[in-house]
Amino acid sequence: MHPQPSAEDIRELLGRHLHLEGPLLPILHDIQNSFGFVPQTAVPVIAEALNLSVAEVTGVIGFYHDFRKAPAGRHVLKLCRAEACQSMGSEVLAARILSLLGVDWHGTTTDGRITVEPVYCLGLCACAPAAMLDGRVHGALTEARAQRLVEALA
Amino acid sequence: MKIYVSRDSAAKALGADEVAEALTAEIDASGIRGEIIRTGSRGMVWLEPLVEIDAGQGRMAYGPISADDVPALLGGRIDSLGLTEEIPFFARQTRLTFARCGVTDPLSLSDYETHGGLVGLRRALVMSGEEIVDEVKVSGLRGRGGAGFPTGIKWDTVRLARAAQKYIVCNADEGDSGTFADRMIMEGDPYTLIEGMAIAGLATGATRGYVYLRSEYPDAIAVMEEAVKRARAAGILGADVLGSGRTFDMEIRSGAGAYVCGEETSLLNSLEGKRGVVRSKPPLPALEGFLGRPTVVNNVISLATVPVIFEKGADFYAAFGLGRSKGTIPVQIAGNVARGGLFETAFGMPLGELVEEVAGGTASGRAVKAVQIGGPLGAYFARDKFDTPFGYEDFDGQGGLIGHAGLVVFDDSADMLKMARFAMEFCAVESCGKCTPCRIGAVRGVETLDRIAAGDSAAVEVLTDLCEVMKDGSLCALGGFTPYPVMSALQAFPEEFAGVKEAAE
Repeated sequence: MHPQPSAEDIRELLGRHLHLEGPLLPILHDIQNSFGFVPQTAVPVIAEALNLSVAEVTGVIGFYHDFRKAPAGRHVLKLCRAEACQSMGSEVLAARILSLLGVDWHGTTTDGRITVEPVYCLGLCACAPAAMLDGRVHGALTEARAQRLVEALA
Repeated sequence: MKIYVSRDSAAKALGADEVAEALTAEIDASGIRGEIIRTGSRGMVWLEPLVEIDAGQGRMAYGPISADDVPALLGGRIDSLGLTEEIPFFARQTRLTFARCGVTDPLSLSDYETHGGLVGLRRALVMSGEEIVDEVKVSGLRGRGGAGFPTGIKWDTVRLARAAQKYIVCNADEGDSGTFADRMIMEGDPYTLIEGMAIAGLATGATRGYVYLRSEYPDAIAVMEEAVKRARAAGILGADVLGSGRTFDMEIRSGAGAYVCGEETSLLNSLEGKRGVVRSKPPLPALEGFLGRPTVVNNVISLATVPVIFEKGADFYAAFGLGRSKGTIPVQIAGNVARGGLFETAFGMPLGELVEEVAGGTASGRAVKAVQIGGPLGAYFARDKFDTPFGYEDFDGQGGLIGHAGLVVFDDSADMLKMARFAMEFCAVESCGKCTPCRIGAVRGVETLDRIAAGDSAAVEVLTDLCEVMKDGSLCALGGFTPYPVMSALQAFPEEFAGVKEAAE
């Protein structure tokens, strides 16, 4: 499990980025990489350090698909839904995987094992359909291979 | 014996890492004298994992190779495809921007220099800013990100702007389906992008640069970060570029999953740490860009092409191409194709030749129905437009755009009404929300297409009208270009929008 950050943790992490021009996205990425999500408690700390309003920081977090307000499952499976993957049957593949895991898009399995998210292009359009599992890419996916991938996960 | 295996994401996605591990294990176990070199991709994705073996006769290609094939491969029991560069898909290309990609170890600076790297930067270092900009103007280079604006003119605007700090920002937010040239060059030849940005800095007086790289490309981020670190250590970046006394340094920044940040003004807001909403123009980013200062915003391929222009000369580069579309274009062939990959060629090859001959038709073996060109905001071209030559003006004249030069091929099982609906749905999900035609129009577009699907053919007129409003009234290309896939699908395949009700009557 990811540790829960204290205000002190957040302040320490912030310090690494304050010299940057436009530090907010690097800060949010770093928080999410360290803790698995961007906790609500971090928002006022960031706002104060960057001289922004809490509303501004909240607005930025909410704008981007990447930032989570709660931790994901232990594994994150991103299935590509863009046109090139669709031309090779990604929609049918995705429907099968979602039903196998008993979740909808953005959902996490009840045992907290896998979160499934849509992604619109991994740049693997010449070996569609494509997916990314915990940052590792997989191309030319078949239903059987996709099933083996998710079943092998602890 | 030298053995080359790609470390490109597409190769990895098909098992290249496992093949490389199996090769290492087999070499250790059998005592064969062999060195494994991880390269970028040759771009022949249907042959990945591609293994090239050079035992003194040149690089012989084998592919696709699985980890299980490795003992047979090293035992000489697998047939070769011949010399890699004589494979027809490869031999037909003109590789200028991608000349080193797949050939060298992407992170080796000595490989880079051995294959022509840094020649362009060294030449630019003894030129004035004006001379550098003139060279780019003569080359005819236009923005390879999609808009096709002349790069030299953009640079000149920044060069002539007066400011204490200027910037070079590389738009590496390649979010379009069917495009992967930016990813491939960053993973396969990162120093050419760094060199191109440094030359842009010398031309304009910008001393700082950023690459805004989408988070969906973790491998490209890792390669670029390492390349910047090594370039800085080697004195290519920093306070004294190649000992010239000139300054240029750069950073890699990750996006956060918003498609609209590929729009240059959204990207600049995002880089500043704001919501990635578009800015209205004017002011142009060239005058008021990052942090309100003069900024060159160029696509990866535009910047990565600059070094070869300075290495071989602007006239050499401009001699390729068609009309005002000069030089080469890395065409990305994707989707339902027999031979998918990256094909760099001079502008002018007809679309049908790319799809039928180079790509060999569909992977499914069925007939080609439509090709979407230029990403999710690009038009669908049916076969009757296959004689269109690949060029900015030529595609525009056919109601399309070449965008970032991605082709997504669909076979005859494609449901064009569904694809049109998807385009609207995508726009609704990814709209930044700033302008009404895009924010609301896309949602109403989905509803209108659902009405058509349910048999209400009168809704076709509503859809057409809505597309006009989005095209004319949106602030940026997301809302303004979504009508391209929608209307082109409607125009090319009207029977699929005719309404189920009518068919039933």
